[in-house]
Amino acid sequence: MQSAKGTFHTKLWRKPFDHEEKSTKPGKVVIDRERCKGCGYCVEFCPKEALKMSDELGPKGYTNAKVADQSKCLSCGLCEIICPEFAINLEPGDNKK
Amino acid sequence: MSDNGVLSGTFFMNGDEACAEGAISAGCRFFAGYPITPATEIAERMSERMPQVEGVFIQMEDEIASMNAVLGASWAGVKAMTATSGPGFSLMMENLGLGVMLETPCVVVDIQRAGPSTGLPTLVAQGDMMQARWGSHGSYEIIALVPSSPQEIFDLTITAFNLSEKYRVPVLIMSDEAVGHMSEKVVIREIAPDDLVSRKKPRVAPEKYQPYKPDKDLVPPMAIAGEGYRFHVTGLTHDEKGYPAMTAEAQDRLVRRLVDKIRLNKKDIIKYEEVSTEDAEVIVFAYGITARIARRAVQQARDEGIRAGLLRPITIWPFPEERVRELAGQIKAFVVPEINYGQIVFEVERCAGGKAKTILVPHMGGAVHLPQTILEAIREAVR
Amino acid sequence: MVTVVNKPIDQYLRVDRMPHIWCAGCGIGLATSCFIRGIERAGLDLDKIAVVSGIGCTGRVAGYVKFDSFHTTHGRALPFATGLKLGNPELKVVVFSGDGDLAAIGGNHLIHSARRNIDMTVICINNFNYGMTGGQMGPTTPLEARSTTSPYGNFEYPFNLPYLVAASGATYVARWTVLHLRQLERSIAEALVKPGFSFIEVLSPCPTVYGRMNKRAKGLDEMHYYQEKSVIRNGADPKEADIAMDGPIIVGKFIDIKRPTLWDYRRQVLDKEFEKKRPQPDKGDVASHEE
Repeated sequence: MQSAKGTFHTKLWRKPFDHEEKSTKPGKVVIDRERCKGCGYCVEFCPKEALKMSDELGPKGYTNAKVADQSKCLSCGLCEIICPEFAINLEPGDNKK
Repeated sequence: MSDNGVLSGTFFMNGDEACAEGAISAGCRFFAGYPITPATEIAERMSERMPQVEGVFIQMEDEIASMNAVLGASWAGVKAMTATSGPGFSLMMENLGLGVMLETPCVVVDIQRAGPSTGLPTLVAQGDMMQARWGSHGSYEIIALVPSSPQEIFDLTITAFNLSEKYRVPVLIMSDEAVGHMSEKVVIREIAPDDLVSRKKPRVAPEKYQPYKPDKDLVPPMAIAGEGYRFHVTGLTHDEKGYPAMTAEAQDRLVRRLVDKIRLNKKDIIKYEEVSTEDAEVIVFAYGITARIARRAVQQARDEGIRAGLLRPITIWPFPEERVRELAGQIKAFVVPEINYGQIVFEVERCAGGKAKTILVPHMGGAVHLPQTILEAIREAVR
Repeated sequence: MVTVVNKPIDQYLRVDRMPHIWCAGCGIGLATSCFIRGIERAGLDLDKIAVVSGIGCTGRVAGYVKFDSFHTTHGRALPFATGLKLGNPELKVVVFSGDGDLAAIGGNHLIHSARRNIDMTVICINNFNYGMTGGQMGPTTPLEARSTTSPYGNFEYPFNLPYLVAASGATYVARWTVLHLRQLERSIAEALVKPGFSFIEVLSPCPTVYGRMNKRAKGLDEMHYYQEKSVIRNGADPKEADIAMDGPIIVGKFIDIKRPTLWDYRRQVLDKEFEKKRPQPDKGDVASHEE
């Protein structure tokens, strides 16, 4: 029997930001340029506008998304789940005090 | 009846019932069907018997659903069957092709009745024979068996399951309303487990398994759902991993293998019966119920001094080409009675290659030939 | 410089087939991603999952997820899935298909499967047209919408899928858009675990064809439409949930009821019968006289 639980549920999501008096540290958003097709969902829906569209074309000829300002990232994980291409991975920031 | 619900003994039953029992003896534990005269009795018997042998019966909403449910059950690892007649057979064609493409073992029974269209629902014909071979689109090869008695339909249903498991292809039983509805003695023997064939299982670990990587016999081992193989299969042209492969090269490889899988194993698959053909000058080529009448006509011809013989195919597809070619060189003519306006006769003619005449004795359907009609054709053939 | 990343989600995907074929902005990838997270949330045995899909853009989902998966013929995913489930009731069978595949050619199978309440989960991605073949109208295309086979505007009133499926007997009926990521994931997790016929309609952008022909040429345009016009009404009567062109979209979990499944009814009937006596072949037959 093989099952995986909890890969996505340890990320900070829908918890108050002063939850247990932790502060959020910006996470590392990595966008796979081989998969990104430039739909713009991550850029549009990032609550902190931490992402933007790149000026250059990616390896598949699409305009890719990229990180605009990492310091704005809340590690909320929305970009990761709103990407239809499975292109984004978020390494959440260490949110211990 | 044995403890597990499988019958054994001597019975008086009709072809439809014998077919159901043959399936059960062969290990069939899933039946999905839809009522259609004259095959309904198969579904009715299965609805009663499947729970008795811990199998599953379901009446689906139409024949298309039935065919698909059979494929699904086979992929769950269960020997599965459906039964229908002409109109339902037509509906099943697309998904018969899916069965061929996915290489799914299963059995489809057609108890033929007069067509085209609604035709004569309760009366015999043999008008689906070419459809059995070419009914679905694309280039493929299929196996079809033609029983001519309730006993034989029992035996051939077991053969059908064995062939379908061995070659991972749907196998058709092309019976007819006369055989389906006639009641005769049927001996249901106990089948030893060794006499039943099951699909080859994968011999490698799931990470290494490729669903369509064939063995030397061109048949790939088959994983079933739920065992951790995590395979993907598709009706699209695919490669050995089962992934869609949209190229002419992949198409060539796949189609050749699907066809050669059957063609190159013809010796194992093709069966026929011959009666007094050694010295024959005219041979009657007849199948199904017509073969029984032909037997009589051949006997009568012999009584008149005509050297007549009977070649009765048991496997109709792949067609017994070699034997027909061989015999064509020795005789004056083939007489081909069939309950249609000419279908199998064209195969006989093709294989006879002009070396022997081919004479069609058609009957449009609704009844069987009279021995007299066939006898007259035999006389005509040797004049 | 190309960035290729190892992502946890990749363990559920056939990475040798990435990137997938869906267009930029297509929501099918989103629905698939929610599906995978829903499976995680439900804690299912991955080896027992069987995904069956039909033909169309959504039909391609089966080919990208790393479960036992079957890409079958147009409209026939449900009966195939029925055979799988009845053949091995321990399988967790999921049907992933599109609006045209499930509700047009597959419509008959949809209502019968719901009627039987066979234990399976159906995720129906509704992008309001036949995308794969170039954007023809389908049974869910809103009135007056443009498509390649309704160049003057669609004159057929569309299905209200939650209503149809609920009326046919489904025990779990929900509708979400691909923007409702968390709700969709939760819905899928609930549906997977719940016995009976679960149906989740997922509205998705189709920017390349449907969107382009209906003034929503970018995926973002459709997503903004969902943002503005969708209203979450859990427990709403599905009858009220028709979708008109540019109109409000009612989403939510509409139906979540208990009803015996196909297997439950079957067991009920057979137990009653087989408690009575040891099984015999049909009476009145010489068959009962065995040698």
